[in-house]
Amino acid sequence: MKRRQFIQTASATSALGAMALMSGCATIGGANGPKVVVVGGGYGGATAAKYVRMWSDYGIQVTLIEPNASFISCPISNLVIGGSKTMADITTSYDNLVKRHGVNLIKDYVTQIDPDKRIVKLAGGSEVPYDRLILSPGVDFMMESLPGMSKAGAQDKVLHAWKAGAQTVALRKQLEAMPDGGVYALSIPLAPYRCPPGPYERACQVAEYFIKAKPKSKVLILDANDDVTSKGPLFKKAWAERYKGIVEYRGKHNATDVDAATNTLKFEFNDDVKAAVLNVIPPMRAGDIAVKSGLATANKRWCEVDFLTFESKAAKNIHVLGDSIQIAPAMPKSGHMANQHGKTCAAAVVALLTGKEPNKQPIYNNTCYSFVSSEDVVHVASVHTYDADKKTMLTVPGSGGVSSAANELEGRYAMAWARNIWADTLA
Amino acid sequence: MNKLIFLMAALLSTATVASAQTASTPDPLTVRSWAAGCANCHGTNGRAEPGNESLAGANKDEMVKKMLDFKAGRKPATIMHQLAKGYSDAQIVAIAGYFAAQKK
Repeated sequence: MKRRQFIQTASATSALGAMALMSGCATIGGANGPKVVVVGGGYGGATAAKYVRMWSDYGIQVTLIEPNASFISCPISNLVIGGSKTMADITTSYDNLVKRHGVNLIKDYVTQIDPDKRIVKLAGGSEVPYDRLILSPGVDFMMESLPGMSKAGAQDKVLHAWKAGAQTVALRKQLEAMPDGGVYALSIPLAPYRCPPGPYERACQVAEYFIKAKPKSKVLILDANDDVTSKGPLFKKAWAERYKGIVEYRGKHNATDVDAATNTLKFEFNDDVKAAVLNVIPPMRAGDIAVKSGLATANKRWCEVDFLTFESKAAKNIHVLGDSIQIAPAMPKSGHMANQHGKTCAAAVVALLTGKEPNKQPIYNNTCYSFVSSEDVVHVASVHTYDADKKTMLTVPGSGGVSSAANELEGRYAMAWARNIWADTLA
Repeated sequence: MNKLIFLMAALLSTATVASAQTASTPDPLTVRSWAAGCANCHGTNGRAEPGNESLAGANKDEMVKKMLDFKAGRKPATIMHQLAKGYSDAQIVAIAGYFAAQKK
């Protein structure tokens, strides 16, 4: 808190300089060194903040602006909804970014970007200057596509729980309060959305909870897509065998409205569905700050970037990464991928600020584990490399794949993945 | 494919004024970025959290052999055989060299 008062009272430049000295790491640049501001401390932004510091030998000053007090992971959060993990299990402090890496953390959110003056304005009233800005604002929801969600109280009753945090806890409470014999209905938007297999994993987690605690209850998946968008055969096998008679999947169910008062979901072509617990994942777009800054140039939803640097195609010196970008072919909107964006962007930003050329041959992978029960897991993996002709990332032919079957060994690897990516992002 | 990678590495090296590279050695910063793509599971600079293998300071030849065995399907795995197929032999050698040189 002192730090923030400091930054508000002193000029931002001298405050940042003092920070660099306090961290004892100002080997190049120091108070006059280049300034990077990172907006959003999720998988993309926190990784970028750490790696810009590390890879500039702690010479570039990095300010991370994040409204949440700590990092809460979306991956593994479905297990909190299922009841086998707690919020503490998926929560990590930002302390190491500050203490080990000298990142200047400001608990606030950005209300405006001035690309000419190269300043971000914060809700708290202060302004922070940058040489390069890294935006990792995640997704926000297109609530206007479901008009009933704008009625008073609707969003408190019909939850998405698609940003891990208070809604994760609230959805768990709704399931615990639901009488046995009730229906939990999960509405999935058309792709692209954050975490393609996430909804199907959630259906498994809720089904497992029902078997243990409410065996007469049902899970009804209402998917706007024609079919399961990720790991289809593996999820369908779990629903047909482990959760026989509990999980029902209906494709081509594009939700158009919600009546929160009666817990009723309306569709483009199908009959209304009423449920005891309605969990609606609305269509998504890039985080609000990116949209209102004019960076979401693809269908006014997603931000187009240069995949060598993650610099926006709409604004100079502004980089965008994570779930808010217009993805390359077969590139998922995932926490793992956002972490990879963060490192690729960090390397490019350090190069650009120190007069070097960014890497022309990025290659990175995605691994994604889904829990079909509290222990058994299925994965999907892919490797993505830059295609200089097409100027985008493409999967390497012959690489990648899925698990042959759900298994407990990958359940242990999935938790090892979580520990490692949390450390790579935050420690 | 390997030739292509070598050619691209060569072009990249000649374009980089800072360091004189031989044709077969990719730019160190490029290799650092390639290796960082493994850190999600194997830890920053290869120093892993419990549950996954640490690569920092491991023997380069053993890492290369393991990866090439994954790639060729000689060594069974849950996921590494699928990931190894995404990398050229030259990239695997370079990335293994990076991790071998890191502090344990």
